[in-house]
Amino acid sequence: MRGATHAKWAAGVVAIALAATACGGGGSGGGSGADGIVSSSWGDPQNPLEPANTNEVQGGKVLDMLMRGLKRYDPKTGEAKDMLAQKIDTSDSQNFRVTLKDGWTFSNGEKVTAKSFVDAWNYGANLKNNQKNASMFAYIDGYDQIHPKSGSAKTDTLSGLKVVDDKTFTVKLNQKFSTWPDTLGYPAFAPLPRAFFDHHAAWLSKPIGNGPYLVDSYTKGSKLALRKWAGYMGADKAQNGGIDLKVYTDNNTAYTDLTAGNLDLVDDVPASQLKNVKADLGDRYINTPAGIIQTLAFPYYDAAWNTPDAVKVRKGISMAINRQQITDTIFQKTRTPATDWTSPVLGTAGGYKAGLCGDGCTYNPTEAKKLISEAGGIPGGQLKITYNADTGSHKEWVDAICNSVNNALGNDKACVGGPVGTFADFRSQITQSKMSGPFRAGWQMDYPLIQNFLQPLYYTGASSNDGKWTNAEFDKLVDQANAETDKAKAVADFQQAEGVVRDQMAAIPLWYQNGSAGYSERVSNVSLNPFSVPVYDQIKVS
Amino acid sequence: MGRYVIRRLLQMIPVFFGATLLIFLMVNVMGDPIAGLCGDKACDPATAAQLEKEFGLDKPVWQQYLTYMGNVFTGDFGTAFNGQKVTELMSAAFPVTIRLTVVAIVFEIVIGISLGVITGLRRGRPVDTVVLMLTLIVIAIPVFVTGLLLQLFLGVEWGVVRPTVSPEAPFDELLVPGLVLASVSLAYVTRLTRTSIAENSRADYVRTAVAKGLPRHRVITRHLLRNSLIPVVTFIGTDVGALMGGAIVTERIFNIHGVGYQLYQGILRQSTQTVVGFVTVLVLVFLIANLIVDLLYAVLDPRIRYA
Repeated sequence: MRGATHAKWAAGVVAIALAATACGGGGSGGGSGADGIVSSSWGDPQNPLEPANTNEVQGGKVLDMLMRGLKRYDPKTGEAKDMLAQKIDTSDSQNFRVTLKDGWTFSNGEKVTAKSFVDAWNYGANLKNNQKNASMFAYIDGYDQIHPKSGSAKTDTLSGLKVVDDKTFTVKLNQKFSTWPDTLGYPAFAPLPRAFFDHHAAWLSKPIGNGPYLVDSYTKGSKLALRKWAGYMGADKAQNGGIDLKVYTDNNTAYTDLTAGNLDLVDDVPASQLKNVKADLGDRYINTPAGIIQTLAFPYYDAAWNTPDAVKVRKGISMAINRQQITDTIFQKTRTPATDWTSPVLGTAGGYKAGLCGDGCTYNPTEAKKLISEAGGIPGGQLKITYNADTGSHKEWVDAICNSVNNALGNDKACVGGPVGTFADFRSQITQSKMSGPFRAGWQMDYPLIQNFLQPLYYTGASSNDGKWTNAEFDKLVDQANAETDKAKAVADFQQAEGVVRDQMAAIPLWYQNGSAGYSERVSNVSLNPFSVPVYDQIKVS
Repeated sequence: MGRYVIRRLLQMIPVFFGATLLIFLMVNVMGDPIAGLCGDKACDPATAAQLEKEFGLDKPVWQQYLTYMGNVFTGDFGTAFNGQKVTELMSAAFPVTIRLTVVAIVFEIVIGISLGVITGLRRGRPVDTVVLMLTLIVIAIPVFVTGLLLQLFLGVEWGVVRPTVSPEAPFDELLVPGLVLASVSLAYVTRLTRTSIAENSRADYVRTAVAKGLPRHRVITRHLLRNSLIPVVTFIGTDVGALMGGAIVTERIFNIHGVGYQLYQGILRQSTQTVVGFVTVLVLVFLIANLIVDLLYAVLDPRIRYA
């Protein structure tokens, strides 16, 4: 029976293999209490970690731990509060004088001065440096010189920025913009130390900032270890010893690691796990509104969509969508049906107005059918909703919307989904104005201001006005709002402008997106800020 | 033999160029990579133009290909969109995937060939039927199902192993992923070996060896197995390349930051440099593995000569 011994041997190999791997198991370690290290899921940032080059959440959450700017958005309310700024004065909403607080330094000991800001902003705006957030500086005077629409930069400095002394600098804008200081909490406006300019490659491999954490080690593509910085000046000192950000190839895998006790925090619970999340985590699951709204945008460069009748069609389509049912079943209530074009995180004082959309966003299939047939039907005979199929499970909800529209119109071919293979291809078709019907549009706010939900998306020629919508009345109201020195009046003007968007149904609001996160029993005091990023510095380790 | 190797190496050149050109063209038709870099916002046109120039995307495709190939011969695989050198990505990813592949191949060889020999010698017995059924089940179940189930039971429910692999990816953590990656090939190796052994066990030279009174283990290892291994070696050899490139699913499930992960990221972000660079290396691995397989034939069967 030699064969039998072979079989035993083979079985033995498997057994040894499994036993050996067991040695690799065990907790994530890292101490407890104020020195405890929190391990958190992370995605590989798309761009190098530079403040003005980071435009997505993964890089953004690192900058949020590493950098502090003039202002910082309150993690609970989203209100812009002074951080490094002692005061920002203006008399005309166009010329600002920024005074810095005393005593702030970078973690390498260098002082944070007015020059740290001016140099950083000049670097960010300069076309030469290919910074993807350069447009954040577009309101500063001289932007068209340092970042011309074509050709190369004519100068290396923004003419609107002047250093007065170590603690003061002045900013001249190229238009009136009363709420401009409130935009300064955006990471692109962070100050940078000399090391950034002098040893750029070294800085990128180990960034130096002035925030509550400093970089301990950074292995690109796999792990970033942040540790509490003892010398941090701010009031929001880290409540834990540090954060280990681990890159996960898939958020499902991160979730698995969390349930197995190898990870403390997952800030993006995968849609497929939403059914189990209550049973797995209980009240260690967070589901709170974030400053993200999903809409359907339309191609106004296509003549068929730019007619007075098309307004009725758009409104009809909007009324044919059963938002409540889709958010309940497909998104398991991690989305809230939208009733305006902003986000609940702004709060009523900030410009959010529930129900502003009115009838247009209320499910009413009979009225929808009537409106669309009055207007002569859907342009081109069929509604095709374009989306990218590679990420974000967009197929499910697009199909659901089409289903809803088809039911309302009593025609099962009235609406179909139009998948595009990759996000890059989807974006390039949009920028080349190749859309023939509605397409998926999402907007994540840069800063919690109603201006950010309207101007970049619907103002004539604005950077993210992908559908090329244009309306003189809307533009006028936005300009008026920006020139207003009183914040409450500015918000009222913006809401009036939003009324124009509603009357024209410039884009169909679908739902507000929530941030969702789950955490282990080791940590507590976990919350998400209005940008759906965990407030890392407040996390306590038990 | 030397001449044979040289001829084979020369044949690799057109295959190499053809494969890279195809990949280059395929990645290029997927759309404008720069447009995807700015997220849901539109890139500002001046920055986009500048980036295109930096990555050489403003030139016609044939010119991009020539420049690229020129650089490759000096060891420069270009820069990925996140600012990292592709060679840097490779030096991080390849060691991990090579370790994973080694684990998988060892499983294939040890378990696959052992099971194949056992069943081949016991055709029709219960052990043969059971193993045949098991291999059929393994072949029928997709890798991601096996992977997720093993991860769920061994990693989460029973806590025998860590459900994911740490960035350093040492051998012991790669055992379960390696087994998952090897599973389907392992079943094929078992079946191939079984058939081959079954066929050869009736051969004259085996009967002669037995008649000579050689011990049974010597008959099996020196005479029977050695002659039966040629189809198996061919399969395992081509599998080296397939495992390295096809590890995407396994690497995703177990969070292994290897070649599959980098390729997946490269495709999602349409980073031509990353995708073409990694595939180029994979093509080379494939070609060399095939050459080694062909050379191994002579070792296994001295009657095979190369002119």
